[in-house]
Amino acid sequence: MSQLTARERAERRLGWMLSAPAVLVMLLVTAYPIGYAIVLSLQDRDLRFPDETRWVWFDNYATVLSSPQWWDVVTATVLITVISVAIELVLGFALAFVMHRALVGRGLVRASILIPYGIITVVAALAWQFAFDPTTGFVNAWLGIDRVWFAETWSSFVVIIAAEVWKTTPFMALLLLAGLVLVPQDLLNAARVDGASWWQRFTRVTLPLMKGSILVALLFRTLDAFRVFDSVYVMTRGSRGTETVSITGYETLVVRLNLGLGSAVSVLIFLLVIAIAWLFVKGFGANAAQQRGEV
Amino acid sequence: MSRTPPPDCTRHRRAVLLVAGTLALLLAAACSAPDTGGLNFYVLSEPSGAFEAAAEDCSTDEHPITVQTLPADADQQREQLVRRLAAGDTSIDLIGMDVIWTAEFAEAEWILPFEGQAAEDAVAGRIETAAETVMIGEEVYGAPFTSNTQLLWYRSDLVSEPPATWDDLFATSEDLAESDEPSALQGQGNRYEGLTVFFNTLLASAGGSILTEDGEVGLEEEPTRRALEIMRTYATGPAAPDALSTSLEDSARLAFEEGSGAYMINYPFVWPSAEQNAPDIFEELEYTAFPSVTEDEPAEVTIGGINVGVGAFTSDEEAAFEAAACIANEDNQRRAAIEGGLPPTIEDLYTDPELEEPYPFADQLLEALQNASLRPKTPRYNDVSLAIAGTLHPMGEIDDDTYAELVDNVERALAGEGLL
Repeated sequence: MSQLTARERAERRLGWMLSAPAVLVMLLVTAYPIGYAIVLSLQDRDLRFPDETRWVWFDNYATVLSSPQWWDVVTATVLITVISVAIELVLGFALAFVMHRALVGRGLVRASILIPYGIITVVAALAWQFAFDPTTGFVNAWLGIDRVWFAETWSSFVVIIAAEVWKTTPFMALLLLAGLVLVPQDLLNAARVDGASWWQRFTRVTLPLMKGSILVALLFRTLDAFRVFDSVYVMTRGSRGTETVSITGYETLVVRLNLGLGSAVSVLIFLLVIAIAWLFVKGFGANAAQQRGEV
Repeated sequence: MSRTPPPDCTRHRRAVLLVAGTLALLLAAACSAPDTGGLNFYVLSEPSGAFEAAAEDCSTDEHPITVQTLPADADQQREQLVRRLAAGDTSIDLIGMDVIWTAEFAEAEWILPFEGQAAEDAVAGRIETAAETVMIGEEVYGAPFTSNTQLLWYRSDLVSEPPATWDDLFATSEDLAESDEPSALQGQGNRYEGLTVFFNTLLASAGGSILTEDGEVGLEEEPTRRALEIMRTYATGPAAPDALSTSLEDSARLAFEEGSGAYMINYPFVWPSAEQNAPDIFEELEYTAFPSVTEDEPAEVTIGGINVGVGAFTSDEEAAFEAAACIANEDNQRRAAIEGGLPPTIEDLYTDPELEEPYPFADQLLEALQNASLRPKTPRYNDVSLAIAGTLHPMGEIDDDTYAELVDNVERALAGEGLL
């Protein structure tokens, strides 16, 4: 490794030079805004009155963390995330198996399963809102009931979670399918010869081999679900206790123009997202690496 | 590292050209607003084209006016504008401002005050309340263009005697419900600006105000409790429509047109809409003044509308002020009223023969506007409105503690403190 030839060194330098623009762009579009948001979050700053800006250090964080509203929205967001990702994982597996095993019209099956994911989230959210609307919707007529879905907390959550699941299960299924095709058929056949049942083959062979894909799928979906904005904004605007952290951030930052407080909310969301990613990689990822080592 | 094959130069060159071309296009787009003396009028998208026609009529060879459309939703219009104004966007010459933005835009110095004769002309002949919406202290910050307010619409087949007060209305609803007739009052109960409007109307009609004259928290206890009580009675009795806690102006209209409800509080756009979409309902559709809180004291319904303001970063102030005055002139107001269904701010237009046919309710509307209440003038209006709608939603769960909660939340909103 240390004995680099002149040619290798030149190639390495070329590599750095070639990737430098991308690195610079990344710094510009991600690191700079994040750093700026952190700076803003330490100030009392209003977009309307830039002259009245002053440093308040951690006051904004104290305000957010000590307000009961914040913990309500975090709870609501975690609720939506956990339930929708759990349902998506189960349904995603079922769809991945269907896509994997489909004998006829495989392309058609895969394409049709992906349709919901291809629909713009706002459009999908509006479609769900109209469907559950007591005046214009068809859901009440189908179920033969007369319910105002968005008037109560639990039913609002049901519709929001159902819309999330409908919309993103295909994404989960696609990532799981990628893992599924990596499971060698020989191994499954060998397990079958050894007398393993379907369930044993699934839990002892397929799942361990797919752990990496499952981690990626869960991580992506959890982070996405935690930042949910469009569906909730369209369907309830955060009323009836369905407000999520992203909606709080948006209202503070974009509607109220309170740059200090809003940036503090954004930074807290960022930290929560990092914490989720860290938990996944530490608690789950190490295992996945081990598994790969064993294979 | 293995030897890589020599790159396919033609393909790379083509890719480079493509990237360069795209960049050039982007740059061209970014710099494509050379100052040619043209003026941009940022205003909500209005389907009839009345605003475009006004812009065209007020264009001169030197200063042609281009309409730049904003979203239909008022919150989103404001969001787009404030970010650009805060950044000092010089392309914003004229702004179609919702009446609730005046204080915020003026105090942030995003719009310019009209001065001297221009200030006098801007509000000349306007309904007094409409003129008040552009005033901050003694300064005039816009030309009142269109106006709007709510009436009580009802079905004459169900309601023979239109209710004058809220108590009358609730009593009529009880009777209708007992005889299994539609008894609901379609209104606006979602957690949004419409709920703040409803509260403001009730509070003003009960003799209170959200903020005092000096911008402190008003919310006098007696009128506020009375307003809250009406809201709760409405939401929990037979006058409540099914989807009150999610209803908006347009969903209320839709539900009413489908025959659900005996009456509705809404803006005049429901009249031509019912004529077109629900002829059966339209045949029975009647209108009267918004129910009052106290007998013999007319309701003070919240005023809405659009004023034309001049952006602070415009490159040609003089032309912009002239254009603003022209866009809000009598001819353009008449056209917006007839084609776009947007009630005028010029008082005399309410007796204009051309408006008789589309506005059979012109008298009631003018009376409501003359007696209208304004929403509080504060640069933090959005915070205050969020706090009010957030606290009062859903109306069915308003209780004795709501009053203290409301005062507390409005105080915090006014100070720009905490989450709402």
